[in-house]
Amino acid sequence: MEQPTSHSAPAVIEMTGVAVGSLRDLQDLVLEDVNWTVRKGDFWAVGGMHGSGKSDLLFMTAGLTPPQAGCYRLFDFEMPIFEGELLKERLRIGLVFEDGHLLHNLTVRENIALPFRYHKHADWHELEKRVNALLELTELMHRADVTAINLGRNLQKRAGLARALALQPEVLLLDNPLGGVDLRELNWWMNILQQLSTGKGIMEGRPVTLVVTAEDLRPWRERASRFAFLQNKRFFEVGGARELEHHTEALVRELLAEGTTKN
Amino acid sequence: MEEHVSGTPAPASRFSFLLQAPLPRSYTNFIGRKFFLFFLTIQGIGAFALITMGVMVRKLRTARSVTMPLAFQELARSGVRLVPMFVFVSLVLGLVVIGETVSWASKVGATRFLGPVMVLVVVRELGPLVTALLVLSRSGTANVIELGTARALGEVEALEALGIDPVHYLVVPRVIGMAVGIFALAVYFIIGSLVSGYLWAFLQNVPLRPGDYFNQLAQSLTWLDFATLALKSAFFGVAIAVITCYHGLAQPLRLDEISRATVRAVAQSVVACVLIDALFIILYLAV
Repeated sequence: MEQPTSHSAPAVIEMTGVAVGSLRDLQDLVLEDVNWTVRKGDFWAVGGMHGSGKSDLLFMTAGLTPPQAGCYRLFDFEMPIFEGELLKERLRIGLVFEDGHLLHNLTVRENIALPFRYHKHADWHELEKRVNALLELTELMHRADVTAINLGRNLQKRAGLARALALQPEVLLLDNPLGGVDLRELNWWMNILQQLSTGKGIMEGRPVTLVVTAEDLRPWRERASRFAFLQNKRFFEVGGARELEHHTEALVRELLAEGTTKN
Repeated sequence: MEEHVSGTPAPASRFSFLLQAPLPRSYTNFIGRKFFLFFLTIQGIGAFALITMGVMVRKLRTARSVTMPLAFQELARSGVRLVPMFVFVSLVLGLVVIGETVSWASKVGATRFLGPVMVLVVVRELGPLVTALLVLSRSGTANVIELGTARALGEVEALEALGIDPVHYLVVPRVIGMAVGIFALAVYFIIGSLVSGYLWAFLQNVPLRPGDYFNQLAQSLTWLDFATLALKSAFFGVAIAVITCYHGLAQPLRLDEISRATVRAVAQSVVACVLIDALFIILYLAV
């Protein structure tokens, strides 16, 4: 089980009284009064039912939408940051979408190379080396030259992960990575996230701070170090794995599939 | 009230009450809504055009290794690949203009006006406009569908998450490619029409030697024609690219909304091209 990160670790994400708007309509608030601190090295699992605002929370955290109220600081820089000199600070955070959201007319290789080509002035050799490393990491080398639209859903998610890692982010947000995957794929994701979290063998040995959202917290109880859940437009912090096991909230029991549905 | 012989009101006044009657509220509401939508659309497209121009200038040197190939790709799509179709249409246009003109001019012995007519009709008006409309039908519609699909599938958000400005990546290359593509195609189209015009005149036994015909053309052309052609076709390209990209990108779309967005974009692009054309006629006449 992951050990909770020391409270002396620097905060990478700090939200105070933040309101989160829906991506489709920012005025439509899906979460209010979010107070949340993610520290370097944390591994968070945020649970919630479908439509509870998990994706919108991650989109706002990744900087796609501005907070509708409150204060959100990323690496001590006030968000939102959309462009300019501070964009490089925002790029220290990566986002993996639930369905990968690859650019459908590009190949897997081109998708992974895109952020690197856009932001870095690296030569072709370095680009090739970096992209090949990510293809090997995500076991996509054999599908590297396939157009994204012709890729299966599971592999699209893996390619989405590879693309998000192209800029070597320090914080990685993953939107429901286990949604709709089979057991073999589930194990693959668990292993890769474990490696990212510890920094063993990848990312030049640098641990990555992780935040995943889930509709089922069971697979994460042995992996994540911190837990939270979303309910009635609110963000509730649970604590570590021990607190999760003893939490009495009905939704938490449901997210752990311990059945509390009343008829 | 004026009485008709049969005792019924005179026809002129029989329906005059219709003019005096207040319009039903639903009609006025309908017209009002249409006006509001019209102005909102103009505002939206105008703002999108300004944003695009701003990004184009500000990010002129940003990620050129990514955006330049995209601009060339768009140039190929809105230019090079359409050349066969344009050759065919230019042959037909030369036939139409010269055929009509010859049948009229030969009756009054005015074949010396063939050159000026070709310049007036093909170079100044039909060449750029027909080019723009054909490119709109082939590439403009593809723009809306591609970008609308990208938007509906969440690709725009993916770009934003990667710190890539969607306007810079998706719109700017299309604007550049389409502006250059329409200009280049308009030039080829005009050359094709002028040459085919002479061929058709020749086949109709018009007593006009090639040297005389091209001399007529040269004498009718002024520097203003070249400047107008370049500016007008570039403006058409920018307008079509901005409007089609606006409808594909500017608002969140679902997949089922893309067809309606495409129809709107085509209609508005046609209106924009005709308005630009009218504006250039006014400017041309003023100069």
